Amino acid sequence: MAELAIQAGVVLGYLLVALIVGVVAYRVTTNAAEDYYLAGRSIGTVVLLFTTFATLLSAFTFFGGPNVAYAAGPEWILVMGVMDGVLFAILWYVLGYKQWLVGRKHGYVTLGEMLGDRFGSTRLRGTVAAISLLWLFPYVMLQQMGAGEALVGLTNGAIPYWAGAALITLFMILYVTVAGMRGVAWTDTIQGLFMLSVIWIAVVWVLSSVGGLSGATSAVAASNPEFLSLGGGLYTPAYIISTAVVIAFGVTMFPQINQRFFVAKSDRVLKRSFALWPVLVILLFVPAFLLGTWAAGLGISVPEGANVLPVLLNEYTPAWFAALVIAGAIAAMMSSSDSMLLSGSSYFTRDLYRPFIEPAVSESREATIARVGVAVFAIGAFFASLTRPGTLIEIGNTAFGGYAQLALPVMLALYWDGVTKSGMFAGILGSQGLYLTHVFVPSVPIEVAGTTVSLFARTYVGWDVALAGMALGLLLTVAVSTATTATAAERPDRFATGAD
Amino acid sequence: MGYRMLDILWIAVFAILVAFAVPWFLWGDSTVVAGLPVWLWWHIGWMVLASIVFWVFTNRAWDRGMGVTNG
Repeated sequence: MAELAIQAGVVLGYLLVALIVGVVAYRVTTNAAEDYYLAGRSIGTVVLLFTTFATLLSAFTFFGGPNVAYAAGPEWILVMGVMDGVLFAILWYVLGYKQWLVGRKHGYVTLGEMLGDRFGSTRLRGTVAAISLLWLFPYVMLQQMGAGEALVGLTNGAIPYWAGAALITLFMILYVTVAGMRGVAWTDTIQGLFMLSVIWIAVVWVLSSVGGLSGATSAVAASNPEFLSLGGGLYTPAYIISTAVVIAFGVTMFPQINQRFFVAKSDRVLKRSFALWPVLVILLFVPAFLLGTWAAGLGISVPEGANVLPVLLNEYTPAWFAALVIAGAIAAMMSSSDSMLLSGSSYFTRDLYRPFIEPAVSESREATIARVGVAVFAIGAFFASLTRPGTLIEIGNTAFGGYAQLALPVMLALYWDGVTKSGMFAGILGSQGLYLTHVFVPSVPIEVAGTTVSLFARTYVGWDVALAGMALGLLLTVAVSTATTATAAERPDRFATGAD
Repeated sequence: MGYRMLDILWIAVFAILVAFAVPWFLWGDSTVVAGLPVWLWWHIGWMVLASIVFWVFTNRAWDRGMGVTNG
């Protein structure tokens, strides 16, 4: 019982401290949209790097990743490395820097706004925002599920799943409604540094009691020798490549990540973040996923509906430390959810509510609507998370796949003057249509040339259907753009950066 | 070397960075060195290399790549 009190105290205390930081940040925030959402475009290197980093540091990576490593081996590190460390960094330049240049010139705050302006189409603006909000829903759910499962694992079920999920939902809403981007960016930085430190301390702690790196790895070699050889089981080349590609492209279109492309103070900030990115990814994910892998060798058994990381820490580190790590992870998930909800609310108010419902809305009324929208969205996601429709990785993959469908049409629009409004609609709606069908229509086995193929399944011969959707989006955008002519309202010159 | 040539070179470098972040030639290998599988060491080293290459890129080609003359 005393242990439960310590655990609950540490978790609550940590969340409260994070909230206070947000409130302090709020005091320097005005209600103006550019400040609320973009912190006045004044974010420096360390803060930008960590706010993007912390946004990636979600239940998906922090709990889902170690769970996969525990069940199938540490190759998930490679997936994360290729996807976040290299591919995402390159996209950071190709999409991010370009968007930053364009955004600075014309004052864009959201992706939809940028595209709507370029193609002279409010409907395109609204469509992009609506699609983004659709896929945001499962991703917010993911954080709630992660928090619920983490507390189950930490307290051995004394704190039930629903209570953990409810706790993070409450803090999310409180936080976003009182802070804004400046508050989120500040806590993200503190959280990112904190998580990086504690995960390394956790590694040292665990290793010191199991005979060091070699001891831990030999234990895995004895219990699960297949974990140490590259590939095998879940990890086929098709799986590694499709997961890495889909997630890397998907990440760039997440509202909270995409909006960060607009917030850097100068291009120096973007450059430094770009170069530091692969090392930062390695520093966090190698220890986190190795802990998951070692847990398998150490004979840790994970109760149904819990995550491996809290269980392992409980076994090898003092209760307060395990609670601190979990609190840090939950707080990090909270701040990624906050970023998501915050960006989501700007998509909702600027790209949907204002253009379609109430064009003359006042700034303070808009801010109120944004905050109410956040609360409604988070509570909706909370109720959906209670149904636990899949594992953390499955839910995460679904959301990433949905966003990935947007990436190629957007990239084409940024670089090719020949893209037309019809081309954009075709590419975006066509790929979303294909992907949505595969997510929601149950799979049907059919006979093709003597072998059984599952139609509408999420993968075809091991390749994620999201890849096919991306290819279709690319194809449709190019084909329809070539076949149609631009209307007078379309202005390719809006995306020109050469004459800057 | 012309700028066009340099651009192609950078694209090739990036493609190699992506392609070999997973050491495909070690597929199925389970040799452990200094407590970790060799393929994991390769990956860690490769990420450090990627950071260095990215840093060089930001100094040499970042602005030119976007046609910006003075970032």
